[in-house]
Parts: sequence; C-alpha cells; structure tokens
Amino acid sequence: MHNRGSNKISSRIAQIRLVSSHPEVYEPCDDSFALVDALLADRSNLLEHRPTLCMEVGCGSGYVIASLALMLGEEVPGVQYIATDTNRCAVEVTHETLQAHGVHAELINTDIASGLEKRLAGLIDVMVVNPPYVPTPEDEVGREGIASAWAGGENGRRVIDKILPIADKLLSDRGWLYMVTLTTNNPSQICLQMREKGYASRIIVQRSTEEESLHIIKFWRDFGIKPDAKENVTVNRTAPARILDTLLSQVHWLSLKKSGTSNSS
Amino acid sequence: MRLLTHNMLSSNIKGVTNGFPLLIEVEKVIEKPVDFNPDFLKNMFLKVDWKALVDASRSLGYADLPEETPESSVIDSDDFLRKFHHALLELHLEEGALVCPETERKFPVTKGIPNMLLHEDEV
Repeated sequence: MHNRGSNKISSRIAQIRLVSSHPEVYEPCDDSFALVDALLADRSNLLEHRPTLCMEVGCGSGYVIASLALMLGEEVPGVQYIATDTNRCAVEVTHETLQAHGVHAELINTDIASGLEKRLAGLIDVMVVNPPYVPTPEDEVGREGIASAWAGGENGRRVIDKILPIADKLLSDRGWLYMVTLTTNNPSQICLQMREKGYASRIIVQRSTEEESLHIIKFWRDFGIKPDAKENVTVNRTAPARILDTLLSQVHWLSLKKSGTSNSS
Repeated sequence: MRLLTHNMLSSNIKGVTNGFPLLIEVEKVIEKPVDFNPDFLKNMFLKVDWKALVDASRSLGYADLPEETPESSVIDSDDFLRKFHHALLELHLEEGALVCPETERKFPVTKGIPNMLLHEDEV
C-alpha cells in the first residue's frame, strides 16, 4: 500500500528487509511509516537544526530511530541517539536493526525515560514518539510484551499523558518533539495542553488508513507563549479565558484542516 | 552502553535522593571506534559530570583522564579531546551492572543494554 519511494529516498531511511523482528515486538506499520515520512518532510529543517542529542521513546523495532540516524547521517556529524523501550525484546530488536543499518543508538530498557529524567533534563534537541495510542480497557495499559506497544487506555491517552510532561522536561530550549496521535486521542486538545506548557505545534503529516486517522504533530517551544497560561485556563476560569480556550481550539482545528491538504506523501 | 549514557543515568528508585552517579560492576568491556567530532565533544564537555566520567572510565580500566575538572580552555587541546572522546564514546560496558549508590540495588547491563525497569515496590 505504501510506496517506500525511490532508491534515493529509501537509502536515507531504514529498509524494511533489514528491520529485525520478534513475536513480542511491534513491526513497522502505517503509524511508523507516517512518523518517518513526517521526519523526511521536515528533514531540511532538521539538518539546519543541527541537533546534538536525539531520543526516541518506545523504539519498538528500531525502524524510526534507525531512519532518523540515516536521514541525518553524515550531513549532521556527531549526533548521538538514545532510545528507550519498556519491552526488553524491543530494545534487543532495535539493537539488531541499528546494526544492520550501520548506525548506533544508546539503548535503555526503561519506562519512558525513567532513570534519565534528572541528568538528561533540558538536553534533548529532537524527540520522536510513536506512543501506545489505541483506546483499550485501562487494565491493558502497562502489560508486558507487545501489548505495551499499543494499549493506551481511555481514549488512548494514558501513556501519551505520561509522556508529555517528561518530554517537556527533557527537551532543550530549542527542542522539537514529533509525536504520532490518532483522531480518538483528541490531537487538538493535546496541542492546547502543550500550548499551556509554552509549545507551538503543527501537524506535519495527516493520513487516514482503513482503520485509523493519524496525525504526526511537531511541537517546539514558542517563547511568545506565556507558559503560565494554564493558570488562566484551569484555575481562574474567567470568561476571557474561556473565549481564549475556544479560540485556540479553533486555530488548531484550522491547522488540522490545512495540513490535510498539504500531506507530504 | 557508553559512558555518555552512564553519565546521564541515575537510580530511579522511589525515595532515593542521591542516585547519581551509579557505581559500575564490570564483567565485560568492549571498545568500538567512533568518528572524532570536536564540536560534539565541546558541547558535551559543559554537560557531563566530570568526576562521574573519570570514576566510570577508571572502573572500565581507562585511567588517562585528569582527575580534577579541567579548565574550560582545555577543550582546545587535541590531546585532551581525544582522551575525552575515547572515555565518553568508545568504551562500552557490555556486561555488568549499575549499582545504586544509596541502596546498592543492581541494574543489570546485558548485551550493552542497561535494565532500569523497577519492581512494583520500587516505583
């Protein structure tokens, strides 16, 4: 279904035949391809951005982090990559995938960024996340093995909502976050939530498959946004704040529609 | 696991206040050559905890880093940068453990991958 592009393109991203696999590890699928397509679409900005530390939370098969390392490749030398997964099999499969492509990332078997939050705070220039976003019963969240790749609890937001504050902590002042979301996850509400933390956002890729509608959102710190906006919205919910609230969601829905017509693929 | 990663890891056990740096138990160390990139090193020099890096590199059998935190002018020295590069990126703890300095809880490192997953009563 997905054309992986010309040779020129595919040499810049991971090749499916070189991606390792394991029965307990999520294989690259539409969501992974959409995330890599978003990174490719933003590649020239990434090259200009010249990140020092890049990180993937929930690396699964390693397809995304290997692709990121390949597309930045020799043009941005000296980048270091860090990838985590709560599934031991996934970090091992990622290791094999990276090796097969001749690239390296430091791998850590941990929950999101547990153990890294203190020392890595404010150091990550690019973070990529394809979270477990599928709405499931709450008790399926946090199970071992492949379920950890998709089980997202109510509205698929349980793990996303855990990741966002951690991403905010780890991202550098110039840090960028790329995240996969589903329409069911309420992306406009996620953007608003991140706006309260001082982030601007843009949908880089929007794609509908037979089963789901995916949005790949890029977040970056916008120093024009007051990070204390949250207090206005949640604590002191005055009439003007409510209007702002509504206005912001409209802005985001407009940007959703707009990006729908400028899909990268 | 590179020592860069060791420098960024702390014990994540609930209630631990001094979880950094993790001590290292060595079973197997490997060396892998990495392209030398002065810009990256100069950037990271400001961010690494020097004493943690020196102690970790000694645990792995590399004793060429100066013990005292060097003056920032040292980053213009090629000789220094080469040593820093080697310690930070080329030495790997392949098998062993990271040990919480407060509780002595061990986080195993196998195939170069540290396992920082906590048990239910540690979260």
